[in-house]
Amino acid sequence: MDKKIIYMDHSATTPVDSQVLDEMLPYFTKNYGNPSSIYSIGRESKKAIEDARERVAKAVFAQPREIFFTGSGTEADNWAVKGVAYSNKNKGNHIITTTIEHHAVMHACQYLESDGFEVTYLPVDENGLVSPEQVLEAIKPNTILISIMFANNEIGTIQPIGEIGKIARDKGIYFHTDAVQAIGNIPINVSELNVDLLSISAHKFYGPKGIGALYIRKGVKITSFIHGGAQERGRRASTENVAGIVGLGKAIEIATLNIDDYNKKLIELRDRTIFEIMKKIPFVRLNGHQHKRLPGNVNFSFEFIEGESLLLMLDMKGIAASSGSACTSGSLDPSHVLLSIGLPHEIAHGSLRLSFGKDNTHEDIDQLMKELPVIVERLREMSPLYEKVKRGN
Amino acid sequence: MYSEKVMDHFSNPRNVGEIVNPDGVGEIGNAKCGDIMKMYLKIENNIIVDAKFKTFGCGAAIATSSMSTELIIGKTVDEALSITNKSVAEALDGLPPAKMHCSNLAEEAIRSAIEDYKRKNGLLEDGDGCIACGRRCDDIHHHEDED
Ligand SMILES: Cc1ncc(COP(=O)(O)O)c(C=O)c1O
Repeated sequence: MDKKIIYMDHSATTPVDSQVLDEMLPYFTKNYGNPSSIYSIGRESKKAIEDARERVAKAVFAQPREIFFTGSGTEADNWAVKGVAYSNKNKGNHIITTTIEHHAVMHACQYLESDGFEVTYLPVDENGLVSPEQVLEAIKPNTILISIMFANNEIGTIQPIGEIGKIARDKGIYFHTDAVQAIGNIPINVSELNVDLLSISAHKFYGPKGIGALYIRKGVKITSFIHGGAQERGRRASTENVAGIVGLGKAIEIATLNIDDYNKKLIELRDRTIFEIMKKIPFVRLNGHQHKRLPGNVNFSFEFIEGESLLLMLDMKGIAASSGSACTSGSLDPSHVLLSIGLPHEIAHGSLRLSFGKDNTHEDIDQLMKELPVIVERLREMSPLYEKVKRGN
Repeated sequence: MYSEKVMDHFSNPRNVGEIVNPDGVGEIGNAKCGDIMKMYLKIENNIIVDAKFKTFGCGAAIATSSMSTELIIGKTVDEALSITNKSVAEALDGLPPAKMHCSNLAEEAIRSAIEDYKRKNGLLEDGDGCIACGRRCDDIHHHEDED
């Protein structure tokens, strides 16, 4: 790659921070011991895992014994939703979630429906918000779990997690939140928020891919799925991904330590981009809530054009971004999130998500704002839909 | 995932635009499905002397539109009608399986524009009618493996 790429897709994944990598590297070569072994290099691996567990616990104000490492955010979501459902089915079979969850939660819920559980998918408003009142109204005597994501990966909308947590606690119902996009962007205190289970994925905050964690509040009844050895106190078997766990621990420490400065910078880039797109490009719609959104998230629909074409043209200019169009989702329909906030299919097809991160600068936005209006205009000139608008019919 | 040819036709599409007073116009697809192709033809003595397109859609949709105009210019109407989705895809050195429906769109847009030409000139024969009408999103296959 000779051309510098302007990476604006941090909600998809992030590069591993060099400090994180430095801490990980010894666990591939020098300190390769199996954490279950009793000799010194095994004990060192064990120690590294427990240090990482402490860092994760500290980041969300939990106890280290409440943190369980998993193979990904997806695994944490599956474990939380299915594990609580199966473990509590003597109490009830009803689950409350939303229509905008990540597929990891949504498809886990759909699977449970095929196995006799009943799921309420709460609709969201035009900004992607669920209200605590909706949650309250959906609760039934047989409700055993509420699973609502902290912040949405596409439109960035941040849910009223504290208020929902309070309702869940008052009613004695377990509350899970997928915080994969929230960690490092929003300060999280699981006690204050009354969260019982919380999913984490390292690669969204400058840690490695393929490592996640599930916070499980002490006392929560939850079935295990990965049966085998006694790792993770017998609840998640398999020889630990030591380097990954170390990376997760270091990454979450950095992410939570610098959260205020990081946020301030991202919000500035975000709000500038939103302002300039609205000013410079006609026929656009901002998707997601104006303020209650992830600090680095910008999501627009550009009428009369299709998202994949837009991404390809941005890529040719060295700008990496993503879209919720059907052509990029690999399915028949555009993103379920964009449809849930009420976008017609044709508008959802023309969506663009930019998600900023720590290396983005105002110069990157300058470059984006130089290219984007030209690309949008070029695609519109090719579009038979735009032709109709210009002719006024 | 796209061939170099597809990327070439996507980034430098040939024959984008409209023809004033075209001899045939066809429009296929709908915005709900995420792609629309509109094809304009200029036909003299049964030969397609010019073709232009406008397309709303993904990279493959734009590239197949562009390629299909290249394939039909200079051809007789009957030769143009013999162009299939497969020949458009082959001319582009192939399309990813999930994008094959875009080449159907190109074939249908050509047929629809020629049908319009025939209709305007009283050349429609029985059995020529309605080549591509009633197409719905459900008819499109985006998935690579649907087993
Ligand atoms: C909200 C949300 N949940 C879950 C996941 C899945 O995490 P992972 O990629 O670690 O499986 C992602 C990211 O893809 C996400 O954005």
